[in-house]
Amino acid sequence: MRLDAKIPEAPIEHMWDTHREHLRLVGPRNRPHYRIIVVGSGLAGAAAASSLGAMGYRVKCFCFQDSARRAHSIAAQGGINAAKDYRNDGDSVYRLFYDTQKGGDYRSREANVWRLAELSENIIDQAVAQGVPFAREYGGMLANRSFGGVLVERTFYSRGETGQQLLLGANSALAEQIKARQVEMHTRTELLDIVVIDGRARGIVVRDLVTGEVRSHAADAVVLATGGYSNVYYLSTNARGCNVTATWRAYKRGARFANPCYTQIHPTCIPASGEHQSKLTLMSESLRNDGRIWVPRKRGDTRAPGEIPEEDRYYYLEERYPRFGNLVPRDVASRNAKDVCDQNLGVGPTGRGVYLDFCDAIAEHGRDVIAGRYENLFEIYERITGVSPWTTPMQIYPAPHYTMGGLWVDYNLMTTVPGLYAIGEANFSDHGANRLGASSLMQCLADGYFILPITIGDYLSRHPYGDVDGSHPAFGDAERGVRDRIDRLLGIEGKRTVESLHRELGRVVWDLCGMSRTAEGLNEALEIIPKLRGEFWTDLRITGTGDRLNQSLEHAGRLADFLELAELMCLDALTREESCGGHFREEYKTEEGEALRDDLDFAHVSVWDFQGPDEAPSLHEEPLTFHALPLAQRNYKI
Amino acid sequence: MRFTLRVHRQTGPEASGALVQYSVDDISPDTSFLEMMDLLNEQLTAKGEDPIAFDSDCREGICGMCSMVINGRAHGPLPESATCQVYMRHFQDGDVITVEPFRAAAFPLVRDLIVDRSAFDRIMQAGGFISVHSGPKPDPNSVPIEPGTVELALDAASCIGCGACVAACPNASAMLYTAAKVSHLGLLPQGQPERYERVRNMVGQMEDEGFGACRNYGECEAQCPKGISIGFIGRMNRDYLRASLLDPVDRQGEMVPQ
Repeated sequence: MRLDAKIPEAPIEHMWDTHREHLRLVGPRNRPHYRIIVVGSGLAGAAAASSLGAMGYRVKCFCFQDSARRAHSIAAQGGINAAKDYRNDGDSVYRLFYDTQKGGDYRSREANVWRLAELSENIIDQAVAQGVPFAREYGGMLANRSFGGVLVERTFYSRGETGQQLLLGANSALAEQIKARQVEMHTRTELLDIVVIDGRARGIVVRDLVTGEVRSHAADAVVLATGGYSNVYYLSTNARGCNVTATWRAYKRGARFANPCYTQIHPTCIPASGEHQSKLTLMSESLRNDGRIWVPRKRGDTRAPGEIPEEDRYYYLEERYPRFGNLVPRDVASRNAKDVCDQNLGVGPTGRGVYLDFCDAIAEHGRDVIAGRYENLFEIYERITGVSPWTTPMQIYPAPHYTMGGLWVDYNLMTTVPGLYAIGEANFSDHGANRLGASSLMQCLADGYFILPITIGDYLSRHPYGDVDGSHPAFGDAERGVRDRIDRLLGIEGKRTVESLHRELGRVVWDLCGMSRTAEGLNEALEIIPKLRGEFWTDLRITGTGDRLNQSLEHAGRLADFLELAELMCLDALTREESCGGHFREEYKTEEGEALRDDLDFAHVSVWDFQGPDEAPSLHEEPLTFHALPLAQRNYKI
Repeated sequence: MRFTLRVHRQTGPEASGALVQYSVDDISPDTSFLEMMDLLNEQLTAKGEDPIAFDSDCREGICGMCSMVINGRAHGPLPESATCQVYMRHFQDGDVITVEPFRAAAFPLVRDLIVDRSAFDRIMQAGGFISVHSGPKPDPNSVPIEPGTVELALDAASCIGCGACVAACPNASAMLYTAAKVSHLGLLPQGQPERYERVRNMVGQMEDEGFGACRNYGECEAQCPKGISIGFIGRMNRDYLRASLLDPVDRQGEMVPQ
């Protein structure tokens, strides 16, 4: 099958409008006949489900949490970008496009990135209309702040909880549609398979996490808004329940997976303190606006940070990148932290940490101003570490945070399985090899509020509605497959707990397919992972049964999928013989140690096609073209 | 550090529950309370026993999924913290710690420490929204909002919907939750058109769900992980009173022909 991204023929600034104008529509009287399934209730899922419900479609929305409001979008702290140019500092749609394209190291699809920048303004308008309380200035106008990788102030925020406020906005729109009976909400329900009939996605199989009941839901289209797969690393900033299961099931049913090796390691997280650690906590990137990052110049300097004089401090980002300083993009900041720690300059009990120091900012702006900007983040830090950032610099270290890779989608956000859509972090489309801060919320909402509700109509209008229901034998087959797998998991009766196996997988992927990768390490990982998978399927121990709430069983099912995904990630990282954004291969770097792209051979999306359980997946390429912004070496130094 | 835990175990809503005693040792003070529970669960699994079911997701105090009553306090001993933000350094070595679910008639128990808080979602569905479709909207700066108003709305909107207020209240009242939701939207200019209908519907739903009445104990504010003020309850009461006086709205007026 040929990969057709369906990029419209039009100048880039008119592309989305032209495309929209030529899409087929479903009329308001026909919409109630079409059934749409939305899996996931985060920013993308809630936005899509509520928008589709309001248009008149019959929507079912699913989440594994006990309430739609708990999806992990809620934890986004810093803000959301929009090219409003309220600050009169030269921002524009082009500038946001440029920053995102450059930030992504020229590995995203131009057409999608432009559309994202274009829609960014509408998102802020929509959110404010829903009652999202963005920070305001004294005159009552919306306030902005700056984020990494850009030279303008375009980020809108609500204290340190922008994600929660945006999600509550989308969630309230969802609540309205649930009340209006346009959306049927299924909480504590997990997707375990996707049903494809005659090449089209026609429904899903789910497990009720409370009763253990496995059942099917038929629909005319299925939308996956199930987030990313950072939990493959075990320790990440993702919520404990975040998983790859939905997108992985889709992959195994024929949806192709793009760029699985593009993972983002966030530079400012609280370092791990020991073996017991269950997750890592992010400290918003906005802290880098005022915090200065440094390590001691001398190895083994055991003095308290306050006693280290200025000349013995190595402000490595400011020295190496004078123009952007502490506000370099995430991949650059993370790699440099690893670099200084590899040189044994790191601080803290494990030596894997760098200081983020607010001393100068407090002296310059006063405690009140800094408290206004970051008080709740300082509190979070103190609560977790027992140390106050007011008196002692924070210690931070990079942690897995976001995955740019995901299901391949065309310009309409449809995967390679007709009728199956992927939106938000679950798809691959807009962030290339590295996502800029405050852009994930933007993408989720652009997809959910403005793009998918329009494009899905084009697909639906070409097909009759309601021609398949749950009685089709394909549903029974899929249900049987799901039940068999659950029985298999419960029947292993080995010795190892799910936690211990997941922790082990995480260590392998972090060490060999984390912040920097080598062919040797990746080959090693490709040997270890299948063995670990073998151990999982022969030595796992789960107590209890499948016909009731069983959290170990849920975790085991998710880990089984991570154990397969991890292999594809390493394979993808191995075949991409260049460095770009978050994908850093030690063999490919400039003399100064920066990522060295190979545009001749790798200016493409790597798209993987599942061939069968014991077969190697086949690799396809979607070539990337650069018209609006010519390719250039990414440089944050001058 | 070592601890003795007394944990509520119950296999289902109809089953009878009991406190079961466990001991854990060799716990680092930097372990979070939930990580300590993870470790206990791993030990139980290794012994072939059923691990303790409990809710948690983000583990950074924002999703509101974790829900334990620790030593009689919702979310444990730390002020303004969710269960996931409590660390073992906040306890003394050798402590006996009692862990129970959020108890309320309107929060039926699911298993062990997990309860069903869908009543909160239904209160939201009754009116916790501003009716808008997705699509082009006016520029937000066309309606300036005083920053103090936004900050107050945000104080209310910071509610994470965990249900600690209900668990803390001797009457299992959901007034603080409902008031936070009502106030968030009622304070903002965008929320004005539906302000009174909203408070009427949300309070109505809250009562239908079987939550208790507010008797001004103030435990809800004291145990709220976000420190949401009971001042919002006063605000909601005023709005509710006004909503009852306004009903029915006669927009046309009346004139009788002579």
